[in-house]
Amino acid sequence: MTAGEPVSPAAGQDSPASGPDKAESGPVRLASGPGQQALRGGGRLPRGLHPVAWWIWALALAVAASRTTNPLLLLLILAVLGLVVALRRSDAPWARGYRFYLAMALSVIIIRVIFRIVFESGGTPGDQVLFRLPTIPMPSWYAGVQIGGPVSLQAVLSAALDGARLACLLCCIGAANTLANPKRALRVLPGALYELGVAVTVALSVAPQLVDSVQRVRRGRRLRGSERRGLRALRAIAVPVLHDALERSLLLAAAMDSRGYGRTGRATRASRRLTAVLLLAGLCGLCLGAYGLLDSSMPSGVAIGGFTAGAAACVGGLFLGGRRVSRSQYRPDPWGWPEYVVSGCGLISAVGLCLTVGYNPAAVNPSLYPLQWPSLPLVPAVAILAAALAAVVAPPPPAAVSERATAVRWRRPAVGAVSGAPR
Amino acid sequence: MIDFDQVGMTYDGSTHPVLRGVSLRIEEGELCLVIGQTGSGKSTLLAAVNGLVPHFTGGALTGRVTVDGRDTARYKPRELADVVGVVGQDPLAGFVTDTVEEELAYTMEQLAIGPAAMRTRLEETLDLLAIADLRHRALHTLSGGQQQRVAIGAALTAHPRVLVLDEPTSALDPTSAEDVLAAITRLVHDLGVTVVLAEHRLERVVPYADRVVYLTGEGTVEEGAPADILGRAQVRPPIVELGKLAGWKPLPLSVRDARRLAPALRRQLPDTPPLSARPAHDARQPALTAHGIVVRYGPVIAVRAVGLTLRAGECTALMGRNGSGKSSLLWALQGTGSRAAGTVSVAAAAADPARLSPARARRLVGLVPQTPADLLYLETVGEELAEADRDVSDAPGAAPARDILAEIAPGIPAGTHPRDLSAGQQLALVLAIQLTAAPAVILLDEPTRGLDYQAKASLTGILDQLAGRGHAIVVATHDVEFVTRACDRVVVMAEGEIVTDGPAAAVLTASPTFAPQIAKILAPLPYLTQAQVAAGLGGQSPP
Repeated sequence: MTAGEPVSPAAGQDSPASGPDKAESGPVRLASGPGQQALRGGGRLPRGLHPVAWWIWALALAVAASRTTNPLLLLLILAVLGLVVALRRSDAPWARGYRFYLAMALSVIIIRVIFRIVFESGGTPGDQVLFRLPTIPMPSWYAGVQIGGPVSLQAVLSAALDGARLACLLCCIGAANTLANPKRALRVLPGALYELGVAVTVALSVAPQLVDSVQRVRRGRRLRGSERRGLRALRAIAVPVLHDALERSLLLAAAMDSRGYGRTGRATRASRRLTAVLLLAGLCGLCLGAYGLLDSSMPSGVAIGGFTAGAAACVGGLFLGGRRVSRSQYRPDPWGWPEYVVSGCGLISAVGLCLTVGYNPAAVNPSLYPLQWPSLPLVPAVAILAAALAAVVAPPPPAAVSERATAVRWRRPAVGAVSGAPR
Repeated sequence: MIDFDQVGMTYDGSTHPVLRGVSLRIEEGELCLVIGQTGSGKSTLLAAVNGLVPHFTGGALTGRVTVDGRDTARYKPRELADVVGVVGQDPLAGFVTDTVEEELAYTMEQLAIGPAAMRTRLEETLDLLAIADLRHRALHTLSGGQQQRVAIGAALTAHPRVLVLDEPTSALDPTSAEDVLAAITRLVHDLGVTVVLAEHRLERVVPYADRVVYLTGEGTVEEGAPADILGRAQVRPPIVELGKLAGWKPLPLSVRDARRLAPALRRQLPDTPPLSARPAHDARQPALTAHGIVVRYGPVIAVRAVGLTLRAGECTALMGRNGSGKSSLLWALQGTGSRAAGTVSVAAAAADPARLSPARARRLVGLVPQTPADLLYLETVGEELAEADRDVSDAPGAAPARDILAEIAPGIPAGTHPRDLSAGQQLALVLAIQLTAAPAVILLDEPTRGLDYQAKASLTGILDQLAGRGHAIVVATHDVEFVTRACDRVVVMAEGEIVTDGPAAAVLTASPTFAPQIAKILAPLPYLTQAQVAAGLGGQSPP
């Protein structure tokens, strides 16, 4: 029985020295901070990396991917993502979804290529035509779109490369979601946005309950022998499910209320107003700044000034708003040197591809005219490979807590036939 | 610790008050048991302790409720979170996070307790409730008893001085319930926590109670020492009934106390009860035969090659701890649930219900699921009944659902919304709907959940009627006292297999876990019910 087995010392995030080292380490050391882990050299204790570090790393790689259509570089990015995910993801349920992102990425490429083949319009004279699709004549007022016609190799290739870039971005987000616990990531939201984080967390846990409830009611429906279809059948399922969901959310709200959720902190009426004003002004500034940065006709001073002032006002507003919430955090994720290195090596790859220094920018976005095998530019390749360091630097994920968790689908999860009985 | 001063409570849209003129005082460190029939206002009284009534529910509260000196009229529930911990009936519905550790920390986080204190308290709580080995588990993978203990732990980490529990053991098997009750008594004895507890199945909690608050049903309360109140109350556990019958004074409340008084009574009783615990039914034709039933969910085998024969006119209890495969077996027998292997044959049609359409299958085997409300979706009871009649309109001679309901649960107005019915009435409505199809076999999955003694007695009456008409009945339940009165045969499951199968009287008296209170008190005499004892005494006393 799983429940009965002692949890191995390594399972705790920062349990003191594990197993064999214990005898040598002399007096029992209490908490093991990052500094101590560094002292212990290669014997880093398994723990989860700070979710923000993973997100910085993944987003930086996404920035890198968005800068290139070189298939070799894109493949390199995918390889780096795959390596890190394979080595550093945990066994938790949310960490098992990477293959879905891969499937989604593949379908993005396929859809893009198919669209390009069907809606091929125009082409340069030098194109190598692969085959021709029958043309469907469009009315004259709709001449902009052409369906069918000759399909060229260049068109298919450029569609596939564009798709591959998008797919790469998708995989970066997928990797971040796989490596960092999404719920822990929400916990680092500033205090002012705490309610938002809780709402998302609750919604995340309600979704599976809703699925469970639908399945239960559908089974119940079959028990009544009703084989009606259409609106009545829909109603027979929707009404009990909604009743159920409503009841459950009321219970949850009552439970959260009795457990102190939403206790008011030190906020006064004036500080609440100031928060609102600061946040509104900040958002306006950010909009102005973003508009200015994208529109070259605006003086850059206004753009940058607006951006900075807006950001400052937002930060101030969030800080003020955060004071209103008084709560503490249980076992916050530590931010140690592995976090710095992981986010740093991600940033290296982003910077390496954004600054076109030390290589020919054309090598990153190879031309399809004339069609040729792309070359692998050295500096960007090294920059991307640097991101793979994360696989080594990040501490190993905490040992899995084995759960016989395949809940009985149509039953209330509480009484799943699988969960170990207490003895 | 808790003071109610002339408290009255009326919900919005209701004409008569749920509570009126309630004055009571619960001292520090007491375990106070709140009893009363369904709808008598137990939950309202409990929710008033931490201000959920009226802040959360709405309605008008008169009088004053103070907890640890704080008036709930001025403090909202969240402001009382450091004084009152609340544990609901369905722990899963109240969980905010998804692992045990995070759930235990949640209240402390809201109260802004420092990280170091948080770590220490959490470890202490894990040990106190013996859930340390579950700390990293996901909440939905825990068994019912484990979830309930985690919910108690989550309330305890805030170090509240009052703990309010609404039917903490109603959904649990006897062993898990004992674990939870042991944890609660430990809190009262070791930590001096004041506990207010509402419960339907009194037999388990009464021995631990220091004080009983009895809600009479008219909104008023009577409070006092357990023995006094239980002697007068409408709801009482079998042990009290036996004590009154035997004329014991003061009334014993624990099996141990009763056994010390029992030798005299045992000498008065004949060795074999003059009356069987259950009325005998004659028809014993097999109604359903199952062979080698296997139900699996992925790698998990919920039912492992089970064979079972159900006989017409026999009421079978299906028992076993939470998660032992009872529900899976019932659903597989009905044909709607999945079945990996095995055969089911219903004698009436010599057919396997799983191979028939749902509409035909329910004419052979009817199932009332654990949450009967899943089957109800119309606005009124009348519409539901009419719908049930339409579903079987092609079957000749089907009795109208309205008549069936009037017979098994008279007095439910047709205009009521099904969701406004009590748990017992909802159960009767769904049972009536299923009975319109006149199935030969009727399966009920945990029908006794949330029923008070009266509702259970009327369910027993219904099942007796059905058995008398030749239906084969299976009831999955944890409620030993109910089984004693309602069932002829007991099948016990563990790990997906049948471990015991035999006549109820023999199985129940043989097992220490499943023995009803009266059997425990009068052992080795094979008496199970108070009616048997009464008959035994009746035969003795004249000479």
